[in-house]
Amino acid sequence: MNLHNVSWVRQEMVLPSARPAGQGGPREWMRKNLFDGWLSTLLTVASVTAIAWLIVAIAPWLGNSIWKANSLAECRQLLDGAPGACWGVIRDRWPQLLFGFYPADLYWRPVLAFALLLAALAPVLFRALPSRTLWFSAVYPGLAGWLIWGGSLWFPVAVYLGFAVAAGLFASTARASQGLGLSVAGLGAALWWVYAAQPFSSAANAVIPIVLEAVPSREIGGFLLSIIIGVTGIATSLPLGILLALGRRSGLPLIYMLSVVFIEFIRGVPLITLLFTASLLLNYFLPPGTNFDLILRVVIMVTLFASAYMAEVIRGGLAGLPCGQYEAAEALGLDYWKAQRLIILPQALKISIPGIVNTFIGLFKDTTLVMFIGLLDPIALAAAIRANTEWQGIYWELFIFIGAVFFIFCFGMSRYSMYLERRLKTDHR
Amino acid sequence: MSKTLRGLSPENRRGLSETAVEITSMNKWYGDFHALRDINLTVRRGERIVICGPSGSGKSTMIRCINRLEEHQSGKIVVDGIELTSDLKKIEEVRREVGMVFQHFNLFPHLTILENCTLAPIWVRKVPERQAKEIAMHFLEKVRIPDQAHKYPGQLSGGQQQRVAIARSLCMKPRIMLFDEPTSALDPEMIKEVLDTMIALADEGMTMLCVTHEMGFAQAVADRVIFMDQGQIVEQNEPRAFFSAPRSERTRTFLGQILGH
Repeated sequence: MNLHNVSWVRQEMVLPSARPAGQGGPREWMRKNLFDGWLSTLLTVASVTAIAWLIVAIAPWLGNSIWKANSLAECRQLLDGAPGACWGVIRDRWPQLLFGFYPADLYWRPVLAFALLLAALAPVLFRALPSRTLWFSAVYPGLAGWLIWGGSLWFPVAVYLGFAVAAGLFASTARASQGLGLSVAGLGAALWWVYAAQPFSSAANAVIPIVLEAVPSREIGGFLLSIIIGVTGIATSLPLGILLALGRRSGLPLIYMLSVVFIEFIRGVPLITLLFTASLLLNYFLPPGTNFDLILRVVIMVTLFASAYMAEVIRGGLAGLPCGQYEAAEALGLDYWKAQRLIILPQALKISIPGIVNTFIGLFKDTTLVMFIGLLDPIALAAAIRANTEWQGIYWELFIFIGAVFFIFCFGMSRYSMYLERRLKTDHR
Repeated sequence: MSKTLRGLSPENRRGLSETAVEITSMNKWYGDFHALRDINLTVRRGERIVICGPSGSGKSTMIRCINRLEEHQSGKIVVDGIELTSDLKKIEEVRREVGMVFQHFNLFPHLTILENCTLAPIWVRKVPERQAKEIAMHFLEKVRIPDQAHKYPGQLSGGQQQRVAIARSLCMKPRIMLFDEPTSALDPEMIKEVLDTMIALADEGMTMLCVTHEMGFAQAVADRVIFMDQGQIVEQNEPRAFFSAPRSERTRTFLGQILGH
């Protein structure tokens, strides 16, 4: 028999009240996080000691930095036996590290291209800017190419006209069938680029010459080269990766097979192999006498390499979406491309941001591999500088500087991706 | 309410038969599993149909065949005068006219409530943005959540999300609405608000096919109740007769189980 009386009713509801004081504060935080038991205390002391030791070891070397010296010998003389960093090498070779062997009187052109790059990137990266400015982002690649390589302005214009040709052909044939429209547009643009672009730009140039002094690719180097390869690779590998990821999930056997073979082949081959292919082997396959720019070849290889990784990262994001999203989009009558563009990809890309940025950062750092095929990226220049009698024997300063510049770019990408994730966070979990 | 917002404007009505959906000898297999067997069903325009049956009986699969979320292997499905084949144009045409509400709402989490509702009208029906917003707000008012329009789906309760999902479908001004267990994922407190919305819709003459176990709803609004088991239609009748005098043994057992306690 139950002796309790289970019947009970609350007479008043309890109102929310403030949390008791005395929790938190720096003392409490330190006790909880730094000195919580003997093991934690031991680890804290050991870590602090290690950091202190590192600082004590490096500080005098950094503190005695020499900025004004024209050779390592001069540096050593100034230091007089004391430990010290000789940053004079950075100061002495600054233009070379930035531009390679780009003609000194034309430095304004890559500098202007870099400044315009920031203006072109801003509307893509930050939505606050009006979408009209995106037009400049679209024009920028041609403009930057012209500024850096010089030559006739009509050449990039002719290349852009290829897109206009494609758009025109697509608009006039897509009514019959979208697939037909795409093929005709692609073929038309390709024919334009191969046969008409060069005569067009020569003819236009004959009428209205707008020419910058041409700079050959072998003179372009340093961080300018890294940024050219990195930015072009990043900008083109993302859309290519998206197409490959969609292809790998496609129900059409031919597209599926092509995507799988491409991704698996590119992922299975080291980048350095692809770069050697670009620099040496392609010459055997191309018709003799074709002058296919080495930097362009390298950019293509780096892009293909990154896009294979990108495709797999994005495929992960696509697989992470519940199938209800596909069904809802279909049930509303959206066709495949609209469903992908408006519903699926915005969500899949959001999930994939960490992986995408990972690939971007990897691509940017991999640009240093081009030194092995004779392009003068910062690492190759460092080697060249160290081979010079003035700076023979210098080591840490050059590589610390190069590392720091790469770090700034990569850290910037990482911070931007975190900002983007916060901005796109709408799930309120 | 104006006729145009109901999606049954005179020009839309012209040339339409009185039959909304006609399914003849339809069969569907998943691999070797015969999921739907010899389905024959004719839905008149404006008819409200409730489909019930044990889980795995094929009721969801059947209504998902109507907007081709599932493909059937034999037989014929004609929706709004359009036969469903593998022709993508026809499928998209049918989907524009058939709205669907899912068990798990399937709202687009990256878009606001308002954007969820305007997306399909803008991109599929090519309605100008301002007008699409007006239509969306009209239907959000009808499901009684206009004040949530600028929130994201994740900020709403389950019942509110499902009402948004109904509004989203209505914004396309469909002629037929499919409901796939719309209240099964909801807390008991929220079921009523969704059912009330559906009852209001039924009162306006919408053609509805609802897979649901809410027998109260069936008795209140259905013109016909269909009982399915093992991939086939076992029994159908108008609700009063269906509940008071089920003819098949299988139906009696099922009703005993869901109404028994």
